[in-house]
Amino acid sequence: MTIRMLGRHLREGCKNLLRNGWMTFASISAVAITLLILGATLVIALNAQQLSNYVAGQLQVNAYLKQNVSSAQAQQITAEVKALPGVSSVRYVPKQQGFKDLQQRLGKDYQDVLQGFSNKNPLPDKIVVQAADPKQTLSIAQKIRALPGVDRVDDGKQVVDKLFRFLDLVRNIGVVFVVGLVVMAMFLISNTIKITIFSRRREIEIMKLVGATNWFIRWPFLTEGIIIGVVGAVLPFAIIAYAYHSVYARLGGTFLAVAFPLIPTAQLAQKLALVMFGLGIVIGVWGGIMSVRKFLKI
Amino acid sequence: MIEMQDVWKEYPNGAKALNGINVHITKGEFVYVVGPSGAGKSTFIKLMYREERPTKGHIFVNGFNIERLKDRKVPLLRRSIGVVFQDFKLLPQLTAYENVAFALEVIGIPKRHIKRRVMDALDWVGLADKAEMLPSQMSGGEQQRIAIARALVNNPAVIIADEPTGNLDPDTSWEIMKLFQRINDRGTTIVMATHNKEIVNTMRKRVIAIEAGQIVRDEEKGLYGYDD
Repeated sequence: MTIRMLGRHLREGCKNLLRNGWMTFASISAVAITLLILGATLVIALNAQQLSNYVAGQLQVNAYLKQNVSSAQAQQITAEVKALPGVSSVRYVPKQQGFKDLQQRLGKDYQDVLQGFSNKNPLPDKIVVQAADPKQTLSIAQKIRALPGVDRVDDGKQVVDKLFRFLDLVRNIGVVFVVGLVVMAMFLISNTIKITIFSRRREIEIMKLVGATNWFIRWPFLTEGIIIGVVGAVLPFAIIAYAYHSVYARLGGTFLAVAFPLIPTAQLAQKLALVMFGLGIVIGVWGGIMSVRKFLKI
Repeated sequence: MIEMQDVWKEYPNGAKALNGINVHITKGEFVYVVGPSGAGKSTFIKLMYREERPTKGHIFVNGFNIERLKDRKVPLLRRSIGVVFQDFKLLPQLTAYENVAFALEVIGIPKRHIKRRVMDALDWVGLADKAEMLPSQMSGGEQQRIAIARALVNNPAVIIADEPTGNLDPDTSWEIMKLFQRINDRGTTIVMATHNKEIVNTMRKRVIAIEAGQIVRDEEKGLYGYDD
């Protein structure tokens, strides 16, 4: 297709849109609302994913050794853990160190309580293990559990499971919502284009009679759909990007008090633009093809 | 040029429009297609530019094998045929010039070639001075001449006309017929469905009469043969 043709198709598409102002407005609004909700869902979903990755990355196995294990034996066990496949880092925390850490964490107010234990440290020795791949955390924990001298292994499974289940739910609800809206937007677009086609039936009939190709006839309606899709994506994109940017700036890049990092605005905006404009165009093209199909059968 | 071999057409609703048509039209012929309403004239004509497809049989038009013609190639067939209708089928919002130019634009002819060809065609039908007028500002005869100019502008080998004088008064009809005669004189084949008894009986040409989906008469310099 030549540039000259492209120009003609674009011109025709714009003309149609202006001629049916209100329907155009309705379709663009439908696309905009759909994409607004889609975009918001996407922001939440992406951040949720980021959160789950973050949590998974933080996931560590705490293996507590039996009280009767000597310091030499503890070193031995640590070496054994280190040798397990899929383990990325191992840190041995002797009970004295654990006590100091606890003291520090509790702060001044509880010094008295801890003081009572200073001679008889109740804490076990601890080995902190991090898996190279978060998904392997559980199997590694299982293997550590089998080692002699290991008393108890805490793999954080329950917390993580709950979190993942919640995130899945959020995502599924989002998907259902968005699919419904996309269908509605497509329906509205195809209706708008049908109206422009209806008012141009005669033109299409003549085009066919004098030997215009189907694609030549289709293009103006496709550009019409694409314009609706793109224009419908601009506003919600701007709104969401701006809103996210403000929230991000206000929170200083972390989510509430939990030290969980949010996705930087620029990075998120990139993904958002790809999805929103992409989907806007897909909705538009689909609407255009559906509405023009019937009229080309001569 | 146009050849039909044992062509049958049954519409999806069960109506049998054509029942075994055999016809051969050579280049440069001028043919009237006559017959009562609903006898199959329109279907006969529509098969030629593939607005309809035959249920059975072979059709060849301008070297195109209609039954084998892919949808993608139909535009090429149509570019070799000019069609003229009773209701002109002009676009009301376009001027005479634009209506004719439209036929060239939509098949991708560059703008610089369009102007000369459109003016030639308008000149040919004698309406070059009305190029900037809208169809609504013209008489029926003038509108039909614009439609003819549009059919001619692509230099088709065949002109197919479906009752081109059906909406016109007798005097105007004769002017349009003279125009068709001139088109035929330069070698263009003409196939015209008509109900105009006076014209058929005066301007004598080959007459194909269709009744109940069959050719009942096919004679050179024939008569209209019906009473209406």
